[in-house]
Amino acid sequence: MFRFIVRRLLQMVLAFFGTTLIVYALMFAGQGDPIQALAGERPVTAAQRAYLTEKYHLDATGVGGFFYRYFDYISNLLRGDLGESLTGRSIGDILAAAWPVTIKLALIAIAVAVVFGVTAGVLAGIRRASIFDNATLLLTLLVLGIPTIVLAPLAQYFLGVKWQLFPPTAGADPDFFALLLPGIVLGSLSLATALRLTRTSVAENLRADYVRTARSKGLPNRRVVSVHVLRNSLIPVITFLGVEVGNLMSGAIITEGVFNIPGVGFNLFRGIRTEDGPLVVGIVSVLVVVYLVSNLVVDILYAVLDPRIRYE
Amino acid sequence: MSDFETVAASENQAARRGPAGEPGAPNQVGRPGKPRSLAGDAWRDLRRKPIFWISLVLVLLVTAMAAVPGLFTSNDPSDCVLSRQHAAPSGGAIFGYDFQGCDTYARAVYGARASLLVGALSALFTGLIALLVGMLAGFFGGWVDAVLSRVIDIVLGIPLLLAAIVLLKRVGSDSSTVRVAAVIFVLAVLGWTTAARVVRSSVITAREQDYVAAARMLGAGNGRIMWRHILPNALAPAIVVLTIALGSFIAAEATLSFLGIGLREPTISWGIEINNGRVHMRESATPLVVPSTFLALTVLAFIMLGDAIRDAFDPKLR
Repeated sequence: MFRFIVRRLLQMVLAFFGTTLIVYALMFAGQGDPIQALAGERPVTAAQRAYLTEKYHLDATGVGGFFYRYFDYISNLLRGDLGESLTGRSIGDILAAAWPVTIKLALIAIAVAVVFGVTAGVLAGIRRASIFDNATLLLTLLVLGIPTIVLAPLAQYFLGVKWQLFPPTAGADPDFFALLLPGIVLGSLSLATALRLTRTSVAENLRADYVRTARSKGLPNRRVVSVHVLRNSLIPVITFLGVEVGNLMSGAIITEGVFNIPGVGFNLFRGIRTEDGPLVVGIVSVLVVVYLVSNLVVDILYAVLDPRIRYE
Repeated sequence: MSDFETVAASENQAARRGPAGEPGAPNQVGRPGKPRSLAGDAWRDLRRKPIFWISLVLVLLVTAMAAVPGLFTSNDPSDCVLSRQHAAPSGGAIFGYDFQGCDTYARAVYGARASLLVGALSALFTGLIALLVGMLAGFFGGWVDAVLSRVIDIVLGIPLLLAAIVLLKRVGSDSSTVRVAAVIFVLAVLGWTTAARVVRSSVITAREQDYVAAARMLGAGNGRIMWRHILPNALAPAIVVLTIALGSFIAAEATLSFLGIGLREPTISWGIEINNGRVHMRESATPLVVPSTFLALTVLAFIMLGDAIRDAFDPKLR
């Protein structure tokens, strides 16, 4: 187990540098004049130019200069210093205010996926090829096939504006009810995948030898399903949901933008709209790290749950 | 963004139709003595599936719409008159007019071209990269495989939407050709990994076959073996993955255009239309609903088509 964690950590470090290097290279390398970009349309005096060049080591050219600036960016990122957005607010502050909302939204989405997805998945897995099974398969295919940019505005229009079942937008400091509809929209994709995963693994495990043994011992069906089958079937689902938590943190750009929820995705959405370069770069860097860390946690969790992974 | 991830995830794990639910291909149908091919079996299986025919018809319809939009509407999508703002349906504009006074239906019809172009070309380039990388990694193994697999891992670890945002922000030009090319490039560069893994694993399986050893003993070089003997085996699974990927690329293009970083006006794209319709949905919902329906049906059609073909080609489900 220890060796597995160490190896996985090393891989993650590699992936971290690989990804941030790519992000950094794409965002900054070959850029026109960064000092002018910082100042926007305003003129830059020679003194300011010299100061900034000195501060950010912009005079160092070539590969060495690039890596110098890259490590500058990395060390700032690791220290949590993300700089300021074009509007002058600290990006760290913006994110600190946005995270709780995004986490709340992600939790609602995950709860929706677990409650409905896993339950329906278990039922569909037990009654394979029944009407219920085929109906859920078709429904999940529909959900998987409909992009969020269709689902979110349509849900907002029909459920929020036309029939007024839910508040159409969340606004500042949203309560649970305001986040419910966006949470369902966000969670519906995870729901569909969780359902399909649960269904497949329940159906596979139902045919396993140990289930037959349990049945021949005379255990009631309820116990066989809820203890023997479910335990093993939920391993891939837990992994998937763990990855999904990471995805949902960064994946709420569209949903948060459409429903006006002041979370991380919304700030990114706004940053793109208002061409706020530093804000976009800062948020994307943090989200990439969140994504990598959540993948790492999930892998370790997977190894804890399933001994076969540890001894590959 | 979880769109792409989930669709990609579902490519691997989901969508296994129950074997008990389908009357698997009957074994003794063809003439005795003539072995049926995998493709023949798959076709026999596919022919009976309504979902296959529905999605095929939808795909052909959208393709026709992209090629000859004039067949579907005689109105000009860029003929916009503000005095017709949110006007009721009239004169060929069966869904009425949008905020700018353009024909909603005509704009949705003409939007098919950009979406399909981006989807098809990204899938094509994705396929080429995936075949090249998967073939090299799978065929040569060893350190080539180790390096390429790590590259795949890293690219797979980059969240698609975030990376696309970063990449496309660098494109300053507003020229529609440049933007279309940029979106295709970004989707291809970020989207090839799943297909490459599929190709790699089927190449590894094919490499160990007796006929490959036989060809080698007959004196065939690496190039000939890869081209003549292994490529045909890797092609079918790659095409299935790419059909599904085509659907998700169309969704990705619409999402990027929706965010304002993909295609831009005057290019007509469903993503842009949906975003514009969304702003004014309280006054009139049709400019939102119509392009949404077009986009959802197109994406669904490609995903269902790929799904059906994959199920038919998967011998494990027989």
